[in-house]
Amino acid sequence: MRNLDRKLVRDLTRMKGQMIAIVMVIAAGVGTFVMSMCAYASLSDGKQSFYRDFRFADVFASARRCPDSLIPRIREIPGVATVETRLVYNVLLNVPGMTEPATARLISVPDSGETELNNVYISRGRMLEPGNLGEVVVSEMFAEAHGFNPGDSVSVIINGRLRELKMVGNVLTPEYVIQIQGGSMLPDKKRFGIFWINERELEAAFDMSGAFNSVSLKLGHGANVQEVIEQLDQLLEPYGSIGAFDRSQQLSHQYVTDELFQLKTMATIAPIIFLSVAAFLLNIVVSRIISQQREQIAALKAFGYTNYEVGFHYLNLVLVISVTGTIVGTLFGFWMAVNLTEMYQEFYKFPQLAFQVNTAAVLWALLLTTFAAVVGTWLAVRKAIHLPPAEAMRPEPPPSYRPTIVERYLPAGMLPAELRMIIRNIERKPIKSFVSILGIAVAVSVLILGSFSLDSLNYLINFQFRKAQRQDLTVTFVEPATSSVMYEMSGLPGVLESETMRAVAARIRFQHRSRRVGIMGLESEPQLFRLLTEDEQPIRVPQHGIMLNSKLAELLGTRLGDRVTVEILEDKQPVAQVEVTSIVNEFGGINAYMDKLQLHKLLKESQVASGAFLRVDPNYIEDVFQNLESRPGVGSVSIKNATIQSFKETIAENMLTMRSFNILFAAVIAIGVVYNSARISLSEQSRDLATMRVIGFTRTEVSTILLGEITLFTILAIPLGWLIGYGLAALMILGLDTENYRIPLVVSRSTFAFASVVVVLATFFSALVVQRRISKLDLVSVLKTRE
Amino acid sequence: MTSDGISNNGLAGSRFAMEYRLNHLDVVGSTSQSTFGIPVQTGFIDKNMSTENPPRTTVFRAVDIAKIYQMGEVNVHALRGVSLELYEHEFVVLLGASGSGKSTLLNILGGLDVPTTGTVHYLDRELTASDESALTRYRRENVGFVFQFYNLIPSLTARENVELITEIARDPMDPMAALDLVKLKDRANHFPAQLSGGEQQRVAIARAIAKKPKVLLCDEPTGALDVETGIVVLEAIARINHELGTTTAVITHNAAIARMADRVISLSNGQISGVHENASKISANELEW
Repeated sequence: MRNLDRKLVRDLTRMKGQMIAIVMVIAAGVGTFVMSMCAYASLSDGKQSFYRDFRFADVFASARRCPDSLIPRIREIPGVATVETRLVYNVLLNVPGMTEPATARLISVPDSGETELNNVYISRGRMLEPGNLGEVVVSEMFAEAHGFNPGDSVSVIINGRLRELKMVGNVLTPEYVIQIQGGSMLPDKKRFGIFWINERELEAAFDMSGAFNSVSLKLGHGANVQEVIEQLDQLLEPYGSIGAFDRSQQLSHQYVTDELFQLKTMATIAPIIFLSVAAFLLNIVVSRIISQQREQIAALKAFGYTNYEVGFHYLNLVLVISVTGTIVGTLFGFWMAVNLTEMYQEFYKFPQLAFQVNTAAVLWALLLTTFAAVVGTWLAVRKAIHLPPAEAMRPEPPPSYRPTIVERYLPAGMLPAELRMIIRNIERKPIKSFVSILGIAVAVSVLILGSFSLDSLNYLINFQFRKAQRQDLTVTFVEPATSSVMYEMSGLPGVLESETMRAVAARIRFQHRSRRVGIMGLESEPQLFRLLTEDEQPIRVPQHGIMLNSKLAELLGTRLGDRVTVEILEDKQPVAQVEVTSIVNEFGGINAYMDKLQLHKLLKESQVASGAFLRVDPNYIEDVFQNLESRPGVGSVSIKNATIQSFKETIAENMLTMRSFNILFAAVIAIGVVYNSARISLSEQSRDLATMRVIGFTRTEVSTILLGEITLFTILAIPLGWLIGYGLAALMILGLDTENYRIPLVVSRSTFAFASVVVVLATFFSALVVQRRISKLDLVSVLKTRE
Repeated sequence: MTSDGISNNGLAGSRFAMEYRLNHLDVVGSTSQSTFGIPVQTGFIDKNMSTENPPRTTVFRAVDIAKIYQMGEVNVHALRGVSLELYEHEFVVLLGASGSGKSTLLNILGGLDVPTTGTVHYLDRELTASDESALTRYRRENVGFVFQFYNLIPSLTARENVELITEIARDPMDPMAALDLVKLKDRANHFPAQLSGGEQQRVAIARAIAKKPKVLLCDEPTGALDVETGIVVLEAIARINHELGTTTAVITHNAAIARMADRVISLSNGQISGVHENASKISANELEW
């Protein structure tokens, strides 16, 4: 080992505390980056191979009832390679041991047991056998949630008749990588199961022989998706189609794509935050080392070491730290990626979702870290390179101080000497002080960023499920039910309140923009399913016009008073021009609402209902369930509290895991910044502090000067951190804004407080470590050494 | 007027005469240089007059060098027109009070700094015409430095400090041999913090001579030491000068040290105020201050 390298190693050993702090910051950034990129690769590859190997369709459509004779015409659409038709029905499901009803989606499988598109992967048990009626295969997520084994049975209610189904296998399919019911914002693995069943059974049960109600297309290379969709729509429209859509509108695909997008976002934001902090820390540490080693640099140069040898020496010091950080971060990232991939198994069902080492990501991490480290320290290293040896031989001139602005406006003597020293120190190095404050503020903001989502979701749940929607159950009917059904519903024992609604599929056009949505007809003053404005005020449903939720209005570019074209996609498909009369605040989906009577008029129908909202006495809830299950017309029952519960169990738990990582990261940043700033102040001021001790100041008084600076920084940093955190949270929410859901920007006071407390604790901890060094300050030797 | 090195060449007189000689070697006689504000002696150049002593190789030749520093808002004139020559193998003491410009002069000779005006030659090489990297090469190949505050690398042991230099030298001596020359072989594995000031300075001397430099430049080598240790350090320097024949320049404010030199050049206020040749120099251990 060259002796210059030996010096490097010993210098690093001497500053190991600072080095560890910086390595940790880099590791946090690199770790998050590597984790995101590895998880991205796993998820993306898992998705692609699953889609390819199990022939995930490109275009999807459903209709009421299409004759099989349509199939050849669909096949003739230019660009269509494969056509798969089937029957899909949602029915009520009776799960043993669960009082509330669940929803089963029954999907037909040809008698041969082989589908052409959206194939299933058998993860357990076996596939349906030809001719074996009464058998189903079930989505793995549902089976696992209930602990079902192949051979177990469930009963479904098909057209009012209870039917026993034997589950012979667990399956996965690219169509339901995430198991989420349309219209629901959240996955529910317990109350929504997907079952594949012999088509002959569905044909018989729903009287659909020679017909289909769902079609999937695989397109050839270079096919124009939009044109295929338009032609398919033309073919299916007479048969009650509510419009075809491509993968981008397919729910499961959307969720997986959103997740991939979020991983990319994380892989971008994390390195920016952490590597900036690391670059700053490296800058202050290396600047300090270089100014401390002025005379060593002078000696090296005097003996003929070239400027670049000296420069490389300090650059190597930087690189050792950054490379160590990269290595630690990469290993940490792998570990997190393994865990994240495991966590994904709970939400995303792929046959293979293996942790992948993303070599490119590791190389990128190395490159980015090196870049940040070199950029961060370049000025300091350049100073070492250009330091004229003769000048370096002389000690640095004493820094120039002057009375500060604060002092000019305060009468002399009002500030104690300690405070004056603190303020002068800060004013003398305004940039370093500001960046230190910024660094601590970033720690605060990382905590806010990692914690606010829980606030937002709590607000969302409270707004959507408690303030807006006050029903306990939402019942949908297989076919529109007559008004007498409503009386029956309200008369059920235990039902306290009930409201009916009418829902139809429609296309809403405004200028050149259009969207396929569901329009819900509501009573004029709904008490259970309420629509709220942004300031949580209930909206009275006007007799005329249409109400759009804010996302739909944004997508269509409409404002209050605009007239939009409403094309109903069901029955006689009437078209009407309607005025936008309200904008509704909602966080899920894109929805439109009208007065129920107006909708009936538009559809030229009597008072029928697509579903009902019920408020139920909790003591009678099981009776209500039983009653609903025995009704032939009931298609699904969704239980609000169960949805919230299931959401909290899954999402919230994972959010807590993420939150603890964020706390760790923020603490790493806070400690890194505070500890390094304090250490450097100590090193810069140790002579002054020792002098003060010698002339009679107590240890506490001396500590006050040093720790006072850090305390002041922290106090200034906290509100700044709140602002940055709030801003970053707003940015993040912007990135999460999709048609499926929006997250409101809500940061609660407790989150602000929490972020502040964690950073104060980190500051306190760092201060404690530095304080111990002050106590150990060897007065004599500090004064004797030449600075 | 004391005789100086130049009188050996038949030129009696002060630095001005010397300087004049350098500028006008072919001219007999000189004119006064009133700019220096000191009475000027004229002299005669007669190359034949130097036949008595063998001609000595001139290692350094500085001509009319001035150095102005910008210190905040004031200009500091560290050197105001200094001319001198240093010869092979000689032991020169540059004597002056603090602020006399002696460190600046040493730094310029050592290629650490460049004068604002004037020229400096090292043998045939014009240091004042060299760029940064040429100066670095010059220092690497030819110069050994000893500093007042030792400037050892605290994270390296005595031996490693010496090796740091032998690693980049062309034909260095064995680091242990260098430490042996300063009688510190048995302390080779100690870190600077474990050595006394005198020992640290001797390590610094070993480090300076380990590359077998042509010149050894010492800036107040005893400045931070007490008398006894200072003498040990000076003995080491004298031995190097004697045994290796290294041209040695020691700057000091301590007039007592001047007695061990071949030649003493006094500086004050940025100018040479006198040059004195010791007829009989004494050894370091006879020094008293």
